[in-house]
Amino acid sequence: MRQIALGLLAGAVFGAGLAVSGMADPQRVRAFLDLFGAWDPTLAFVMAGAILPMAIAWRIQSRMDSPLAAASFKLPPGRDLDPRLLGGAALFGIGWGIAGLCPGPAIANLAIAPASAAIFVAAMLVGMILHKLLPAAPASQPFKETGNV
Amino acid sequence: MGGLLADAMPIQGLIGGLMIGIAAAVLLLGLGRIAGVSGLAARATGITPDGAPRSVALAFVVGLPVGAALISLVLGPVVVRFEQGVSALILAGLLVGFGTRLGSGCTSGHGVCGMSRLSARSLVATATFMLAGFATVAAMNAAGIGL
Repeated sequence: MRQIALGLLAGAVFGAGLAVSGMADPQRVRAFLDLFGAWDPTLAFVMAGAILPMAIAWRIQSRMDSPLAAASFKLPPGRDLDPRLLGGAALFGIGWGIAGLCPGPAIANLAIAPASAAIFVAAMLVGMILHKLLPAAPASQPFKETGNV
Repeated sequence: MGGLLADAMPIQGLIGGLMIGIAAAVLLLGLGRIAGVSGLAARATGITPDGAPRSVALAFVVGLPVGAALISLVLGPVVVRFEQGVSALILAGLLVGFGTRLGSGCTSGHGVCGMSRLSARSLVATATFMLAGFATVAAMNAAGIGL
């Protein structure tokens, strides 16, 4: 129960931060990505503001044996760079550029602009399911040389 | 005024950013998890079996619109401009959903949590999606594709 309450609290503060920072507005995000047009640097301030407490949190985390309200830290292993990381980030960036939406603001917008946000979120979930349906093996293998021409 | 930088909101951006970072810190130090919205959304919907307990992921995902709604109640309407058509929203949504799963994260997981950890993978991923975003907007502008 405490874990669920913490999850809800973190989500609500996160969503509130998105709304306060202007990042819920797709056109403001696109304006940040419009480097050669009417560039709006707001997103850079948001990233800086968000990274600061997290950088402190990582320092605190390194001295903790376990989290305050869970048995252990479950953190991503530091794997090597691979084609999936680069390809996935590139595809995500293209979608981000088209709509000015990434997952957090899209979901937060279900409360502010529900009709448009619901279309994007539904398509996003379909995209996630498509990724799951595709065979993982070919994409998860590093590129290999083949003898065929 | 008008023109370059006229609409920037540096103060609101910093304050909202601090709130986002504090929320991510609560998840890390409280529950030992990365606040990656794409991963938590996939977990909350049952699309992936990996990650946080499903109830926690669902609570976080529900919290996002709750927090945004609270801001609009307390501070007044939140300005969001959706100028995209339905087809653009669908195409973008598909790319964001597929890409964030393939690339193991989005702006929050790689951009906020990973970069603050100085994760090489996250630094590369963030640079990649930023560059792809810049290129996409530039290409759409050059091609005269409005939204």
